[in-house]
Amino acid sequence: MNATERKPDKEILESLDGVTRVFILGCQGCPVGCETGGQPWLDEMQALLTGSGKTVTGAALLDMICNKALVGIRLGRSARQIGEAEAVLVGSCGVGVQAVGNMVGRLAVPAMDTLSMGDYQGLWPSEERCAECGECMLATTGGLCPITLCAKSLVNGSCGGTQDDGTCEVSPERRCGWQMIYERLEKLGRLDDLRRFAAPKDFRKRDIQDACRRTIRWALEVAEQEDTETEPQNAEK
Amino acid sequence: MSQLQQQLAAGTFVVTGEVGPPKGTNVAPMLEEAERYLKGTVTAVNVTDLQTAVMRVGSLAACRLLVERGIEPVFQMVCRDRNRLALQSDVLSAAVLGIENVLALTGDHVVMGDHPEAKPVYDLDSVGLLQAIARLEAGSDMGRDTKGNENTLDGTPTFFKGCCVTPCGANVDAQVIKLEKKVAAGAQFVQTQAVYEPDAFEAFMRRVEPLKVPVLVGIVMLKSAAMAKYMNRSVPGVRVPDEIIQPLADAAKEDRQKVSTEICGRLIRRMKPCCQGAHLMTLGWDHCVPDIIQAAGL
Repeated sequence: MNATERKPDKEILESLDGVTRVFILGCQGCPVGCETGGQPWLDEMQALLTGSGKTVTGAALLDMICNKALVGIRLGRSARQIGEAEAVLVGSCGVGVQAVGNMVGRLAVPAMDTLSMGDYQGLWPSEERCAECGECMLATTGGLCPITLCAKSLVNGSCGGTQDDGTCEVSPERRCGWQMIYERLEKLGRLDDLRRFAAPKDFRKRDIQDACRRTIRWALEVAEQEDTETEPQNAEK
Repeated sequence: MSQLQQQLAAGTFVVTGEVGPPKGTNVAPMLEEAERYLKGTVTAVNVTDLQTAVMRVGSLAACRLLVERGIEPVFQMVCRDRNRLALQSDVLSAAVLGIENVLALTGDHVVMGDHPEAKPVYDLDSVGLLQAIARLEAGSDMGRDTKGNENTLDGTPTFFKGCCVTPCGANVDAQVIKLEKKVAAGAQFVQTQAVYEPDAFEAFMRRVEPLKVPVLVGIVMLKSAAMAKYMNRSVPGVRVPDEIIQPLADAAKEDRQKVSTEICGRLIRRMKPCCQGAHLMTLGWDHCVPDIIQAAGL
């Protein structure tokens, strides 16, 4: 299971600065399992955005938005509401945010930080990857991850190694992540996002806590084990 | 204040050179060349930092050796090999070793070099490094004490801080946006990637004029037509036009240095009106530097 934690409301609102119409999309997979997402999250986000003077054009919960084909098929019925929005607030791991960004033609804004992907890049993963940096910056990069797309994981724009054909200096088989981000932001009319300063990463967030390594099933096994361990003590009483 | 900073502030057209430390401990040839051809000829000399990710003697040590010989160095620092502790520490070390100019670079990826299996660091990027240096100059560092307060340095460094830009690439817009961030982060001068297209460079200079930051145009000596073609193929943002390649192709092998020197001189003469200096990268042909300066009419 992928472990996420919610971003502070303040950061979410900062990411949506200048955006008035938002569609909210939550993943019904891992975020429900680790109790960061699902319906309660959706309700809270709706209240947060409405309370901040934004219009919520619609909201949806989908299973496993880490797969962009599924996202594409199942968001069809919300197409009009997404079309009315300037941004989609996504409650999922980094892979889900990128999958949505790749499908909807709107700014995809992460509502969560991904702490652990459990060595698993989503259901039916495609080209989207998450490095579990715990400081998701997809809101400022057009929904494309510079940590996994840039060979150097640079956070403030491309180096001098972008080839004229838009590939990376490390290999002609690899596109320059920041060139991809540039093209995406240009399409979204948000090139000014490149002017933001990104702080160096806090690498403590990549130290995965034991709790984040567990799967739901493992957690259940532990719970069962604890129950049997405590039973005899209870019996003595 | 460094000579480089003083001369740029005074509006003098500045020429800088570059040396690459050796692979091994034999620094004598590098130092001899620097003393013979660069000392007194150029204002400052860049020392590359494990250029193209090839393991060599470090930039910091070589910079100090230049200082001891009365040559002003520009300490190139790449973000590839050190985390934020080591980078900040080397900045302080540079200050105590009498180094006054520093150039913050991202650094070629390790796969470009001779240790492609190494772990690339990039804990900071070039913008983050410039911010870190500016912070050290302001008397603090990136860390916190045990109570969570900013650290206070006992003695603070002062540098003339530079950065790099590719002025003639396919996506100049992206380069300019990042350059603006570098200047806002503290860069006080700019060195460019090699330029062979004066018109494109002029257009770039018009775009960055509002930044009011001195720009040293990068001049790389072309050793042969084959090298020019290689650069066209493989070096991002560098286009050598046919009218430059042709004379090199036509020249007899023994005349190539002369032809290359003339090309450099002509490029500098042409671009001098729109920039504040030239950074010469001779790739070992240091002995050509005095002739280039003469050919440029400086």
